[in-house]
This record gives sequence, structure tokens and C-alpha cells, in this order.
Amino acid sequence: MARALFDFRTRGRFDIRSQPGFGAIALFTFVLLYLPIITLVVYAFNASDSLSSWGGFSLHWFAAAAQNQSVQDAAWRSLIIAASAASMATIAATMAALATTRTPPYPGLSFKYAFINLPLMVPEIVTAVALLIVFAKVKVWTGYTGLGYLILAHTAFCIPFAYLPIRARLEGMDQSLERAAADLYAPPWQVFRRVTLPLLRPGIIAGFMLAFVISLDDVVISEFVKSGGQDTLPTYMLGQLRRAVTPEINAIAAAFLVLSVALVTMFFFINRKKA
Amino acid sequence: MRALDNVSVAIRENEFFTLLGPSGCGKTTLLRMIAGFEYPTEGSIRLHGEDIAGLPPFKRPINTVFQSYALFPHLTVWENVAFGLQMLGRPKGEIASRVAEMLKLVHMEELAQRRTDQISGGQGQRVALARALAPAPKVLLLDEPLSALDYKLRKEMQIELKRMQSETGITFIFVTHDQEEALTMSDRIAVMSKGKVLQIGTPWDIYDKPAERFVADFIGETNFLPAAMVGIEAGMARVRLPSGVEMSATLADGYVPSGEATLVVRPEHARVVASGGQLSGLVENVVYFGTDTHIHVKLDEGITFMVRQQNSRSQSCGAEVGARVGIEIAPDAAQVLRD
Repeated sequence: MARALFDFRTRGRFDIRSQPGFGAIALFTFVLLYLPIITLVVYAFNASDSLSSWGGFSLHWFAAAAQNQSVQDAAWRSLIIAASAASMATIAATMAALATTRTPPYPGLSFKYAFINLPLMVPEIVTAVALLIVFAKVKVWTGYTGLGYLILAHTAFCIPFAYLPIRARLEGMDQSLERAAADLYAPPWQVFRRVTLPLLRPGIIAGFMLAFVISLDDVVISEFVKSGGQDTLPTYMLGQLRRAVTPEINAIAAAFLVLSVALVTMFFFINRKKA
Repeated sequence: MRALDNVSVAIRENEFFTLLGPSGCGKTTLLRMIAGFEYPTEGSIRLHGEDIAGLPPFKRPINTVFQSYALFPHLTVWENVAFGLQMLGRPKGEIASRVAEMLKLVHMEELAQRRTDQISGGQGQRVALARALAPAPKVLLLDEPLSALDYKLRKEMQIELKRMQSETGITFIFVTHDQEEALTMSDRIAVMSKGKVLQIGTPWDIYDKPAERFVADFIGETNFLPAAMVGIEAGMARVRLPSGVEMSATLADGYVPSGEATLVVRPEHARVVASGGQLSGLVENVVYFGTDTHIHVKLDEGITFMVRQQNSRSQSCGAEVGARVGIEIAPDAAQVLRD
């Protein structure tokens, strides 16, 4: 009897899962990805101060990290920078997305689109060195050495991350809704406030959270731009690794991981709700 | 490329006016210009004598029922209907009573607090109507609003729309590609093709006295016959059919062609007879449609002519395939086309 070529109910011979070695490769990949992270998290609960020998379960290192003034300062600084940079980047990205989608196409529009996303393509180290040089001069001229430089730098590279989900949402929006609002006597600002903005909200929240996580996680640009005593959590961890390494760093990393995963999960659910 | 070319239409107050034409004929472009979503490169759009062509949509006392309804998904039915009144800054009490009145008009009082994604297509249609009517516009534009509904609902809404138009006294400009919809609902119809208005008239004018081949062909089924002009008698044309028989025919807008002309005869304005009539030929095909029967007759000139005859229970149509028959065209049933 002839067998259907594509039988979607059973695993046909074109199913990737039935290829020889598929299981082994998949397992190897997952182990490679997650074993180091799992080890890191497990040793955060180590009672001894070794990174390699297990001395029993303890929350001691979490307590130590929480009481460490430098960790507290760095964490707080990271959150301030991420919140400020993500907010500014989201506002800028929303305006950019409106300007690039709510206009009839014209020559140069795709160039602008590429230009907004350029920070995704420029190697981070290049941006970092460039900012270091510029900000060094600005610091001399103005005498200002506060967190502003870090916030500005983070805002700049967060814009494309905030822009992408906002633009996607705007492009997917039925434009006859905005036309209907204008038809019902809403001037442009009211159209935006009463129709576009409420419908755009999931995109804006997604964009903000993505930008927030990206900023929180940044090492290279922060390392180059920060002044003395302006460690963020990632640069603090990097600094610690150069000195004595204790499971305290594991505890900080584990807490950081939980925060990031929580944010990305929220991002996923907010994004899914729009459908 | 011109989407609209030299279009001139005067629409009367309280009129149910329809723009009819195939897709791409410019009817939607014309509607969008009246609404203010597009601006004409030349010419004017006047409302009670005032040129509104340069005004943005939110400054025109004109509302639209969109083809996709375009209901605000983040607002309730009530909030959708209230939107226009709120934007006009009407007092709260007036908004509440007007929205209630509109929801009653479209029989949607019960569902006022529903979200618009929790109502059916037909209900969405009613909400879209109520929303557009609530601010009491001078003109209501309807962009193929019935095309998404199934047949039965569409029939119901046609009658509803007509009722609302007479109850509110608002001028309706209705866009459709459905000739039946246009004929049943309109006071007057403008037939459009390729950015031009070909004919404006009552449904009766458009159907019975089509001025051009496109109009005759687009609306209903029809027969075209070549004929030679013989003369003019009392405003009617005297024409000679290829069979040599002479008959009189009406003229489109007093237009008098010279020499050769095309006649148009609707299938129900002719009947099959055993002998005599102005034309003769062989029965090619007989198609039974329940209410009527279509008889296709191959004329001696080689053209196929269709006759539509009302059915009755006691009588058959009297034509059999292969039989030689005559065709009698009713007096005044033929019209000379402009082209």
C-alpha cells in the first residue's frame, strides 16, 4: 500500500527528530548552555568559600552579598541607570517609530530605518571607545562627572531595542482606526492619545522592558564610560573576578539571573497578550 | 495615472446616493476625498456652498462607516458611540442621552457595555453605524459596509439602512460594487468606471435607460443589437434591425448617433413567440431559474439573444431547444446607446 509522503500525524522520514544523532546533539547543546549556569547557581548555596568543593547548603553568601555596601551601591546604580535609560530610549523609540510608520513612504525612509538600528550593528567596543574619548573631553569642559554619561550612553544603545517591538506593533495596527478617530472630530493629538497610544501600550511596555534588561546587562560600554566609583553590578562583578573570588559572586550572579529571567518572562507574556 | 478624472456630482440633501462601479473605478477614492483622507489635486468639494476640499477630516461635519467597521478595540460599544460627541466637547448629559438614542436606533442597547471584540459581525456593523450617526453629521459616508455580512443579514441591513436614512434625514453616500444593492436602496446612482462618472440617475433610469454600453453591461443582464439609424420621430429614434424590421427606440440624453448604432434590450422586455416578432432564430438553450426561465436564442444574424420569462404553474415557457421562434420586443423597450 502506498504511504502518504507527508503524514503529519506520525513522524515521517523527513522529521528532523528522527535523524541519527539528533538526540545526542540536542543533549550536548543543552548541557553546554546550561551546565555552567546551573553550577554557578548551585555553588551560590555553598557553605564553604570554595568555588569547586561542596561544603554543604547555606544562604550565607546571599546574606553577605546583600550586606555588602559596594554590591548594594552597584545594584542601586544599575537600576537607576537602567530605569532612566530605558525610559528615555522608549520615548525616543516611540517617536521614531511613529515618524517612520505614519508617513507615506519616501526615498530615504529605509535609510533612516537602518540608521535607527545602526547601534545593533556597530561593534560595542567601537562605540565604547568613541564615547570614552568624547566624554573625557566633555568632562574636562563641564566639570560634570555624574551618572549622566552612563545614562546617556545606555539610552543611545537601548533605542533600537525599544524601537523594534514598538514599530512592529505600529505596523500591525489597523490604520483605519486612526482614520476613524480623525473622522469623528479628533484632532491629531487626540487621535494619538485616545487611540494610537492605548493600542500601542503593549509594544511600549515590551520595548521598555527589553531596553531595561539590555541596559542592566551591559558591561563593555559601562566599563569604558564610568568614572571612578561608578560601578554598575556587571562591572562590579567583573572587578571582583580580578581579585579574590568567593561564592558571593555566585550569589550576586544568581540573583541577577532571576531578575533578568523574570523581566524577560514578563516581556514574553505582555507581547503574547497583544494577539 | 488619474484615480479620478473630471468627476462632477451634485448630491441633494436627504438623498440616498450611491457610487456604483467595479473595484478600481475610483468610487472609494471619491469617498475618501469627501471624508478628507485624500485631497484632490484640482477642483473643489462643496458642502452647502462652502468649499471643504482643504479641510482635515476632523473639521468636516461628515462621518464614515468603514468597510472594516474600524471599531476601537480598547473601548466598549458605548464608548465607541460616544467618541465623536466627546471629541466635539458636548456636555456629559447630552452625550449619555444621544448615545442611548443611537443604541436604540440600531437595537444594541443590551450590549452597550460589551467590548467590541465580543460582538458579532452584524452587531459590529450596527455599532459602526450608531457611532457615525451619533454626532448627527450633515453627510454619512458608507464604504461597502455590507460586504462582510452573509446574504440574509445583508438583506436585513439594506432595509435597516434605508429606514435609518429616512428616520434621521441625513444624506447618505453609499459606495458599492453590488448592482442589486444599489438598485434596491438608492434614490439616485452614479455609475463609475476608470475614474469617470458615466451616468447619474434614478435606479429606474440606470436600469431601463442605460446611456453607455458599460452601464448596460455592468447592471443586470442585457442584449446588445447592432442597428442602423433611419431617422428621428417625436424625440424617438427610428432604427432598422439587421433582419430589416424597423422599430422605434429611446435615445440616451437626447444623443443622436449617425449611421450605425447599438441598441440595448433587457431580457425581460422581450418574449418568445411562435411566429412574427422583430427578430427570429433557433432556441439554443433553456435554463430554469425557479421564478423565471432564461431562453437563449441564436438569431439569424449569429448573435445570441436572451429572453427572460416569468414562470407560471400552468404554462411552460413554450420554447424547446432547436425550435424556430420569433422574438417580440415590447414597445419602447429598446434604447440607443451613446457609444
